[in-house]
Amino acid sequence: MQEKIGVYICHCGSNIAATVDVERVAKEAGGWDQVAVARDYKYMCSDPGQELIKKDIRELGLSRVVVAACSPRMHEPTFRRALEQAGINGYLLEMANIREQCSWISMDDHASTAKAISLTRAAVRRVVHHRPIHEREVPVNNATMVVGGGISGIQAALQIAQAGYPVYLIEREPSIGGHMAKFDKTFPTMDCAACILTPKMVSVNQDPNIKLLTCSEVVHVDGYVGNFKVKVKKRPRYVEEHLCTGCGDCESACILKGKILSEFDMGLSKRSAAYIPFPQAVPLKAVIDAKNCLMLTKGKCSKACAKACQREAINFSQQEEVIDLEVGSIILATGYDLFDPTQGPQWGYGTYDNVLTGLQFERMTNASGPTQGKILMKDGREPRRVAIMHCIGSRDENYHKHCSRVCCMSSVKFAHLVKEKLDAEVYEFYIDMRTFGKQYEEFYNRVQEEGVNFIRGKAAEVTEIDGQLTVRAEDTLLGAYREIPVDMVILNTALVPRHDTDKVSQIFGVSRSADGFFLESHIKLDPVTTTTDGIHLAGCCQSPKDIPDSVAQGSAAAAQSLAVIATGKVKISPITASIDQEFCAGCKMCIGGCPFKAITFNEDAKVSTVNQAVCKGCGTCGAICPSGAIAIAHFSDQQIFAQIEGVCSQ
Amino acid sequence: MAKLKLAVYWTAACGGCDVAILDMNERIMAVGDACDIVLWPLAADGKYHHVEGMPDHSIDVCLFHGAIRNSENLAMARLLREKSNILVSFGSCASLGGIPGLANFYSREEIFRRAYMESESTVNREGVFPQQSVAVPEGELTLPEFFDTVYTLAQVVPVDYFIPGCPPTTDQIWTAVQAVVSGNLPPRKTVIAGRKSLCDECPRVKEEKKIQSFKRPFEVMVDPAKCLIEQGIVCCGPATRGGCGARCTKANMPCRGCFGPPDQIADQGAKLVGALASIIDSQDPQELRKISHLLADPAGIFYRFSLADSLLKHKRKEVC
Repeated sequence: MQEKIGVYICHCGSNIAATVDVERVAKEAGGWDQVAVARDYKYMCSDPGQELIKKDIRELGLSRVVVAACSPRMHEPTFRRALEQAGINGYLLEMANIREQCSWISMDDHASTAKAISLTRAAVRRVVHHRPIHEREVPVNNATMVVGGGISGIQAALQIAQAGYPVYLIEREPSIGGHMAKFDKTFPTMDCAACILTPKMVSVNQDPNIKLLTCSEVVHVDGYVGNFKVKVKKRPRYVEEHLCTGCGDCESACILKGKILSEFDMGLSKRSAAYIPFPQAVPLKAVIDAKNCLMLTKGKCSKACAKACQREAINFSQQEEVIDLEVGSIILATGYDLFDPTQGPQWGYGTYDNVLTGLQFERMTNASGPTQGKILMKDGREPRRVAIMHCIGSRDENYHKHCSRVCCMSSVKFAHLVKEKLDAEVYEFYIDMRTFGKQYEEFYNRVQEEGVNFIRGKAAEVTEIDGQLTVRAEDTLLGAYREIPVDMVILNTALVPRHDTDKVSQIFGVSRSADGFFLESHIKLDPVTTTTDGIHLAGCCQSPKDIPDSVAQGSAAAAQSLAVIATGKVKISPITASIDQEFCAGCKMCIGGCPFKAITFNEDAKVSTVNQAVCKGCGTCGAICPSGAIAIAHFSDQQIFAQIEGVCSQ
Repeated sequence: MAKLKLAVYWTAACGGCDVAILDMNERIMAVGDACDIVLWPLAADGKYHHVEGMPDHSIDVCLFHGAIRNSENLAMARLLREKSNILVSFGSCASLGGIPGLANFYSREEIFRRAYMESESTVNREGVFPQQSVAVPEGELTLPEFFDTVYTLAQVVPVDYFIPGCPPTTDQIWTAVQAVVSGNLPPRKTVIAGRKSLCDECPRVKEEKKIQSFKRPFEVMVDPAKCLIEQGIVCCGPATRGGCGARCTKANMPCRGCFGPPDQIADQGAKLVGALASIIDSQDPQELRKISHLLADPAGIFYRFSLADSLLKHKRKEVC
């Protein structure tokens, strides 16, 4: 059958037109078989650009449309909608990417024009074989699961709960709060972190729409946007949450009291095996540390904690539970790990007593911390000279290339805290000072005026010279090598992806970017969603960010989830795989290849089948299927071969 | 009823297809009862001019086996097409290019150089190569032109039916004979074999597949009940048309792919590459490379019979 194809070549301002001879592409296309009209236009995605297509469809009776413009990831939905508005199926469209794949990657006008012609011809050949296909609509479960109870997860959960929808907040640790709960003051206003965080934590606990699951991890996710089925593994707390009042009697009674390094205080203090993570913990419930508790490890203990508990809340026979949840959307707010400075022996961490990480310093300077807010050396004296080192593990070819974004400001904050509490010299070693946020530069100026010594140059080494802790660095402003004797070093370590990000990315089916953090749909225009519909990102699991940005992204992720809920139904892409039972020979090659576990084997018919609702149309099974029984809608062999021939023909 | 006029002809082939016809044993008598054999170079004398003298369409059925390697093959294909009512592409060489089709991994020049200069048993100091025509005192001597590419029969003339196999099984041949004799013919272009791939009729138990290495049959004690691929043996069955009765896999040998791809596959070799590459149980690029290097002669394994009929067809020709 003869098709009537309209071909539209976009200038994208000068993005395409500066390198690709768009008029020539349009002229060539106009001469191809079945092409009824070929035009070029300044911005095809603009309203007048789309109107041009719609008008041609109506007036010339176009049956197929090719738009040669940017990546289809950018504007395929736009043009599909335009086709639908003009009365033809949106999948009768094909895009040729002549921006990212032609003009942006070449300075050679001739070559990029030739390639643009080639790609456009491929699209024209392919579009002939397109068939109308239809999106399906499925109802949406109105619950949301937020994974991670740090500040961004808390923000997202509260926002959705406020809108009146149920939220499951899953936290791996015994309390929510995340890293922020450990901080002392927050830059640039020097509010106390706990003072601004704990009201939100309490709200989480009190909101009837939020079901908080602590000591819990997501182990399996099935399904798709609107209809996820989740398995959550809840570790035993060995304390009945409904009985525990958080009085702390068990903590005082525990015979291991003061023997176990406190995670919350970053190892600067010691706790019991039965303990409350920190005074503002939510839920304010005790937990028994199964790794250290004598009863749980050796089965022998006087059980002083159980005796001390008036509510008889302690239960050593608690078992791990697997909880099944059904939710419509998921927000990943799994946060970050801090770079381990023992990876670089040059920094002296673990070698010298008074070399701390930034987070250890936060705990030390915190009024409720191990030293009640006093900045002290190991021997109990106050330091007279303190070095603060930026970019430990960040912006470093040997460790992590990315900038951790928050460390310049937190380093400046540390300097201020030292100056405020002690009569000490402070030296900051920085590569570049990045104080970009609201009121950040002003804060930096203020701290400069407090008399902090800013040394432009990354500190190379922390060492001891004649028993004196010394920082070696190049001062690039003086052009001099310097050795500065200090009493204390604070290593401001990089924010890095969680150690188990790989596992989490597999469970949720989300990708990671080159730096290891979760990959957003679009780095600029869609930093909150992932390429898996219904799974959104908030906070540092996407990339390092400060508290305001984490909160903003938490709210944004909540808005994304609310949008899914509000429509009540979601559209599912019709681009899925299907297995022709006439041809499937039951070899089972495809089953293990499906990243979404959408393929199952029908033992009665001896054929594989695809669950259309779970299939994402990635095409992997189609490539695997050796007997040609699997077809991917919108990516048939015929369509792909026609496209290849279009590229290869002259 | 007049007897059917049957021709059997071979071009670039080994002759095994002729033997397969004889392998019908006593059923060959029924063929003799139903048919007059008007041409069968293996069994009876026959000259070009005999065939040329036949009226057009006077042969009821021609079983044509062998690929098209040279101009003589082509001329005979065209001639027998003219003279035959039903032209059957018989066996893997005619239908897919078969083993002769593997020559498409080389150019004519490379083949000549190997055959007439470099082979271990050849001494050719003068560098003599076959010529299409040469003048001798008695006149001009000619040889057929050796093509650069091996073609399938259907690539050079229209074909009515296909019977794949290296060689076809006697059951397939018998099915075809009965269909012709009874006049109960399937639609034209039908491939007389199975529709699904071989796995469907292979009795071995199949599970989800992950393999750690590729092995050749002599390197393993083959478990007779388990899918060969799961034992690391490269079996072409998943991308090969069934209908042979899984004779090879029942004998603990992997399918070699002689029935070619089923209808819905464009390229048997590419499908096998895609499938096997997907089930290697490793994420480590170095290990993957190591495992894939265990495959001896992948092009020869995956395209053993179907190269001439594949999307690739031929080694890339130099673009001038």
